[in-house]
Parts: sequence; structure tokens; C-alpha cells
Amino acid sequence: MTKVLVIAEVEAGKVKKTTLSAITLARQAGSSFSILAIGGAGTGAAAAELTGYGAEAVLVTEDASLENYVAEQYAPTVIAAAQGFDLVVATASSFGKDLIPRVAAALDASYAGDVAGAAREGDKLVFKRPIFAGNAFGYVTLGTPVQTATARQSEFEPAEPSGGSSPVSAFAKVAPGAAASRVEFVSLDAVKSERPELTDASVIVSGGRALKEKFFEVLEPLADTLGAAIGASRAACDAGYAPGDFQVGQTGKIVAPKLYFAIGISGAIQHIAGMKSSKTIVAINKDPDAPIFQLADYGLVADLFTAVPELVSALKAHRG
Amino acid sequence: MKILVAIKRVADPDNANKVKPTADKVDTTGLEWKPNPFDEYALETALRLTENGKNNKVRQGEVVVVTIGNKDTETQLRSALATGADRAIRVEAEDTDLDGRLVAAALKSVVDAEKPDLVLLGKQVVDGDSNSVGQMLAQLLDYPMATFAATIQEEADGRLLVGREVDGGVLSLRLTTPAIITVDLRVVAPTSVYSKHTDAGFKYSDGVRFAALPAIMKAKKKPLDVKALADLAPGKTNGSSYFRFEAPPARAAGVKVPDVATLVNKLATEAKAL
Ligand SMILES: Cc1cc2nc3c(=O)[nH]c(=O)nc-3n(C[C@H](O)[C@H](O)[C@H](O)COP(=O)(O)OP(=O)(O)OC[C@H]3O[C@@H](n4cnc5c(N)ncnc54)[C@H](O)[C@@H]3O)c2cc1C
Ligand SMILES: Nc1ncnc2c1ncn2[C@@H]1O[C@H](COP(=O)(O)O)[C@@H](O)[C@H]1O
Repeated sequence: MTKVLVIAEVEAGKVKKTTLSAITLARQAGSSFSILAIGGAGTGAAAAELTGYGAEAVLVTEDASLENYVAEQYAPTVIAAAQGFDLVVATASSFGKDLIPRVAAALDASYAGDVAGAAREGDKLVFKRPIFAGNAFGYVTLGTPVQTATARQSEFEPAEPSGGSSPVSAFAKVAPGAAASRVEFVSLDAVKSERPELTDASVIVSGGRALKEKFFEVLEPLADTLGAAIGASRAACDAGYAPGDFQVGQTGKIVAPKLYFAIGISGAIQHIAGMKSSKTIVAINKDPDAPIFQLADYGLVADLFTAVPELVSALKAHRG
Repeated sequence: MKILVAIKRVADPDNANKVKPTADKVDTTGLEWKPNPFDEYALETALRLTENGKNNKVRQGEVVVVTIGNKDTETQLRSALATGADRAIRVEAEDTDLDGRLVAAALKSVVDAEKPDLVLLGKQVVDGDSNSVGQMLAQLLDYPMATFAATIQEEADGRLLVGREVDGGVLSLRLTTPAIITVDLRVVAPTSVYSKHTDAGFKYSDGVRFAALPAIMKAKKKPLDVKALADLAPGKTNGSSYFRFEAPPARAAGVKVPDVATLVNKLATEAKAL
């Protein structure tokens, strides 16, 4: 018997799609699960859409002080809600990675982060985790009475509704501890975009250091044509050509779209770790020996500044 | 400001593709031990926060580095001392066999004894990729935390304005010390970290600083204390155990295409990706 508590990710009164990957993990790992939706105004209304996934209960904590995510405000309530559960999970977004280990410490629970799989082996719950930049998988059991984990979004398909209607009940906010009085939310500078989210896109166009100041000028027409999200290598982010949260890789976002373009990206281990599960990989690089070509299904040795515009025209012609 | 920096060694991350997973272990033979890159960034951050960038020979505060590891990990501590840390602490344990829960418990005892204003950690170790120790430590201490920090500015009253890299943008928090910060990649960019002694507008050189030769000699004389894990985390043992390993599935070799037209054709007909 493993009772799982899923922590939903709620932002500005909307349940983020990331939540559905954590539900998939809960279904695989647990005998039953409940969901806690915690956030500011609109959380209760948003939680209604979580009632069709087969959860025993949907708990809602809605409080004006939870409008913006701050771990010290959220954790005490999550910790209280976790009582009686064997496993607490969220998706390994920046939210889940920040919150769940903090909750784990309060529950004296071990934590399996960014897991790629969860299964029962005999009476044990086993998590599969990528380690060494994805060059090995480790299978781990957590020996503590309560366990915690976050799900790698690219490895857990978003859950489909299963019908039924889980009962919804309010879960009162727990007053935060001393830590909360020493942290103040200042701002969230969100990069607004009409494009799909990187971790959710079926096509991604990523650019590297080679793009320079022309990063968006070159990549946007291609992304527009394909309805793609835009990603970047660390070098492109560090140089300021692309915002930091565009970074794909071991220490950035882990993605696995149907189609991934690596443009002017050499293919360092850390980049590959974040995109090698993509279904089809295309690389455009002027260096025929670039390591990215060892991974790419289709490699084009060319100057990207001419090849990408050509590709845009060819794709448009193909679409007719 | 007194800062504690947590440092771990990792098997050379730039050669991680040379590890050989077999059923019962991951063989790292031939890979050199390196400091976890994020921990090097944490040390650089600590040095920037305890100096005037223009006159960085004088420390305005104290930087203590700590690792939980075996005798060999003193190499990484000595190199941190050579780079500018004042003192080091090693907690004796086999560092290849530790989980975040145990590390955080041990670090909590070190913090209780040392009482730093700030604890800096890497956001993750790049071999285990757990990304958990800082968060756990913050909870155990009931301290505020800012994970994945890309910018830190010490304000006149000593509070810390931290820009965190999160999905979708940058989230800023203001922390009152004592506090925990875990650092992300871009914290070592030229204008990411300012102590209150450093003029806004001052530009650091990109990345981390390196130890000068005389500093390496001097570091041999800096204090390095050794403590026992059992004293710091009494009764705690490793919660998680890895019992099986495997290599990731190999990808079939791809092809080079001669031109854009062939690429589009193959994407459409062969890969059915368009
Ligand atoms: C702790 C740590 C974590 C890291 N995490 C990540 C991560 O998560 N993600 C990540 O991406 N990296 C990460 N890195 C960095 C990684 O090691 C590489 O440095 C980085 O991926 C290189 O980016 P790049 O391929 O854009 O640049 P480069 O390696 O400089 O490659 C540029 C490529 O562009 C090609 N090129 C140049 N001009 C043209 C042209 N006109 N047309 C076509 N091709 C051209 C060149 O041939 C070259 O192959 C990390 C590093 C460390 C130390
Ligand atoms: N054995 C250790 N000794 C000292 N610090 C550690 C150790 N393990 C982890 N840390 C610190 O915790 C951070 C996050 O590690 P992890 O949660 O294991 O990914 C690292 O970047 C270090 O700063």
C-alpha cells in the first residue's frame, strides 16, 4: 500500500500542465493518490479540473499570501497535508525541485529527484534516475518510512482524465515558521511568449553560441514555420543571446520533443544530456567533426546563416 | 559576513560519457576527481560577497569551506583554500555513498557550530544530479532559502537581493540572514554578484578565479579540521540505496544530408516529422 500525495503546480489561478506528469508518476507508484492544489486567488476554481483523474481527494489551500510561490510560505502547509501519506511527489520543474526536498527534510524522508521511472519490485518501490549526465541509469530504493520524488516531465506522459469525480475539500493554510519572516517576494520577471513551453513542445529549435546577436532574427522564422519552442545552449544563454530559462541540458531544461533542431551547437555532454531522448534530431553545424553529428539523425554541414533561411523557404514550399 | 561553502568532488564531468555502467556499479576508472563546478561557483560567489571587487586581496569577512568525504577530498579543500577560503572542515565519510538527507543533517551540525551568516551551496552535484541538499538544509535550520541563484546583491543593510532562474523567467527574493543560497551557472558572470563593499558597475572577469602559485603554498598552512560524521549526524544512516545500474539505450547512427532539400525530404518521408 503506497498512498501518494501529488502537489499540483498552480500559477495565477491556473493548474500548470506539469502537474499531469506528477499524476502519472503517482498512478505508477501508488495504490491510491490524492492531490493538493495550493496557491493564491482562483486556486479552488482551478482545482476543479483535477477532479477527473481518479484521485481519492483533491485538497485545496487557497490564500492571498500564497499568490506568489515562496517555499517558506508553501512548505508548512504541504508538510501538514502530507501526514498519513507514504510518498509525496511533484514534477521536477523549478517549483517541484525547490519545494519537495524542503518538504522531505521536515518529514525525515529521502528524496529521489528528477526520476525517469517508478515501479514496484516485490514489496519495494524502485525509482529509476539518470546519473552522470544521463550516461547511466541508477535504480534506487528509499529506506525512510515516508518517501519523496520529483518526476522528469519528459519521461512521464501527461495523465489523461480517467473519469469519476474526486471529492474536493479545503485544507487550511498552516502558519509559516521563522524562515518565512526573513524572505520577501520581490518580483517575477516572466518572459512572455506565444510559443509552446519548452518542456511541452513537440518541436524545438535550439541555437548555440554561433548565432551571436542574430539568435532571434535567425531562429524565429524557423520556429514560426514549425510552431516550435525556442531553446538554447548554455553558451548562448551565458553570452546573453537568449534568456537563461531557454537553456536545454543537464543543468537546464530536459526536453524530448518529436523533432529537435540543434543549430550552431557543438554537442557538449551537458547539452546532449538534456535533449538526447528527442525522437528525431537534426543538427546544422559548419564543423563536420562537431560531436553533435554523432547523435543527430540528420546532419547538415553548412553555414547556419544561409542554411536556416533556406530551410524556412523549403519548409514553406513543402507545406504548399 | 561569515560564509560557509559546501563543496563536493565529482568524477570529471566533461568525460562522463566514459563511465561504464554495469549491473552492480558505475565504473569511473580513469576519470579524475574534480570539484563539482557549481561548488566552484559557490566559492567564487562567497569570495565576491566578502570583498571589495576593486581590492580583492583583503577579505571583508570569513569564508569557511566544508566537505563530507574521505581523506582524498582534502585535495579539493586545499584548492579552495588556495583560491581564497580561510579555513576548511572535512567530515569523514565515504563520499561516494551519501544521500542528501544525511549530508544535510551533517551540514546542519556544522552550521550550528559555525553560525555563518550565509551558507552557499551548488544547485546540484553533476554526477548524482540530486539537487536537494540546500533545500533540505534550509528546512532543518528553519532558514529562508533562494535556490538556483543567478544574481546576488548585498544591500546596505546587509539583506540579500537574489535573482533566481526559474521556469519562465527570473524570480527575485530578498533574504534576511542567516540564510541559504544555492547557485546556478550564471552567478559567475561579470556583474552577477555584488557585496556592499563593491561599487555597482564594477565588472568581474567572467567565471571563477584561480589560485596563484604562492597561494597554493600558503594554503598548506591554513587550518583544516576533521570531524566524525557520527558526531554530527548521530544515529542517521543513508536513506537511499542504489542497487542496480544500466547504460542508457543507444541511438542508431544518423546520416549526413548534402543539402536543405534532402533534409526536408527526409524529415517528411522518412522521419514523418513534418
Ligand atoms: C556545470 C556545467 C553545466 C553545464 N550545463 C549545460 C547545459 O545544461 N546545457 C548546455 O547546453 N551546456 C551546458 N554546459 C556547457 C557545455 O559544456 C558547453 O560549453 C556548451 O553546451 C557549448 O555551447 P555551444 O554548443 O553553443 O557552443 P560551442 O561549443 O562554442 O559550439 C558552437 C558551435 O557552432 C558551430 N558554428 C560556428 N559558426 C557557425 C556557423 N556560421 N554555422 C554553423 N555552425 C557554426 C561551431 O562549429 C561549434 O560547433 C555546462 C557546463 C558546465 C561546466
Ligand atoms: N558530500 C558533500 N559534502 C559537502 N557538500 C555537499 C556534499 N554533497 C552535496 N553537497 C552540497 O550540496 C549541493 C547540492 O548537492 P546535491 O543535492 O547532492 O545535488 C552541492 O553542490 C554541494 O554544495
